[in-house]
Amino acid sequence: MAEQPKLLGALPSPFVYRVIWALKLKAIPYEFIEEDLTNKSPLLLKYNPVHKKIPVFLHGDKPVCESMIIVEYIDEVWPQNPLLPKDPYERAQARFWIKFAEDKATSVWRMFRSKGEELEKTMKETQEMLQTVEEHGIGEKKFFGRESIGIADIAFGSVVYWLEVIEEAVGEGAVFEAHRFPRLHAWIKNFKQVPVIKENLPERDWMVTFFKNRREALVGSA
Amino acid sequence: MAEQPKLLGTLPSPFVHRVIWALKLKAIPYEFIIEEDLTNKSPLLLKYNPVHKKVPVFLHGDKPVCESMIIVEYIDEVWPQNPLLPKDPYERAQARFWVKFAEDKGTPVLWRMFSSKGEELEKTKKETLEMLQTVEEHGIGEKKFFGGDSIGIADIAFGSVVYGLEIIEEALGEGAVFEAHRFPRLHAWIKNFKQVPIIKENLAERDWMVALFKNRREALAGSA
Repeated sequence: MAEQPKLLGALPSPFVYRVIWALKLKAIPYEFIEEDLTNKSPLLLKYNPVHKKIPVFLHGDKPVCESMIIVEYIDEVWPQNPLLPKDPYERAQARFWIKFAEDKATSVWRMFRSKGEELEKTMKETQEMLQTVEEHGIGEKKFFGRESIGIADIAFGSVVYWLEVIEEAVGEGAVFEAHRFPRLHAWIKNFKQVPVIKENLPERDWMVTFFKNRREALVGSA
Repeated sequence: MAEQPKLLGTLPSPFVHRVIWALKLKAIPYEFIIEEDLTNKSPLLLKYNPVHKKVPVFLHGDKPVCESMIIVEYIDEVWPQNPLLPKDPYERAQARFWVKFAEDKGTPVLWRMFSSKGEELEKTKKETLEMLQTVEEHGIGEKKFFGGDSIGIADIAFGSVVYGLEIIEEALGEGAVFEAHRFPRLHAWIKNFKQVPIIKENLAERDWMVALFKNRREALAGSA
């Protein structure tokens, strides 16, 4: 296919960044199509009729939806710098942690949208989620189960980097404390230093301002 | 590995059945270890699924795999006969999309329909209808199965959801949510699914399940 694949997205969505990282790690050229989520394009509605959400990956005329499913698709079509291990058991472990990120990391987005008692509850949930990953997930290797960045790192990288920003934007105290989560702190530092990731992280101060404004509009003053 | 793999589970669980179907479809011998009492979890379960403490857990040698659809995908990779995922990456992505939909939208409404009453139940019924409508319109298409001519991973994911839904509906006795005239494609599909010989032989017996759910629901919710 001579035509470049297209990524339909809106920045700074953490879900869109997962796909960007996969594409960049494999040096796959693509066209980014910015979407206005308050006024969804016919393209988005056509290619993701079920969820009407970004990211949507268009390969030729074929849409793939759901960020981690897109990442897995990219890994299968462009096998250089593989993001999934070869061994079936290790693949099952990677998939387990991806599912954990998908199912449990929603507390971070809910934290962003809540205040008062609800905020306290979601902050606690987020810490429980982090605790589980700290104890059972990250292990002793540099990345999730391996020495080089892989699919579970992509899944969690978007969660944890956005959590760091959201924590600051919410301003109700730290959730992701270094003394409580030493392994995760070491891991996210390594993650952010991977050259492709470093070049493709939205700038932190800009993000904090962006999320502060969004939160104000959503939740009002605390 | 001379040793048979083990499946830790309970019999009424739709999640455990997904794994049973995958194993049976591929004629893989295994040992079923019944987790007798989920209110008093065994050391084996707590050891091998420390994160969620849930069934099913699949033990291959001493290595545990958790989460029903992840187990199914693992089984498909280790034992490639009668493949459950297509070969083409785009078709695989579509299969995964519908597995995720079954997990995110399908199974949660099952549990809520089973355990709720009054306004909460009405809300859940509405969500169930929406979920079924999406699958009816976008998921099953004109194919016999999600997997095409033979059952695949998405059929396994939805099969447990829809069969579970039929049973809960009957146990609730408040009228059908999964009506044939509203969901003709899905009705044709579940009929075909239940007629696949391996599935037919490995479906939890309906009357037993309905009675079980009626009792459990009474214990949970009191009479509606």
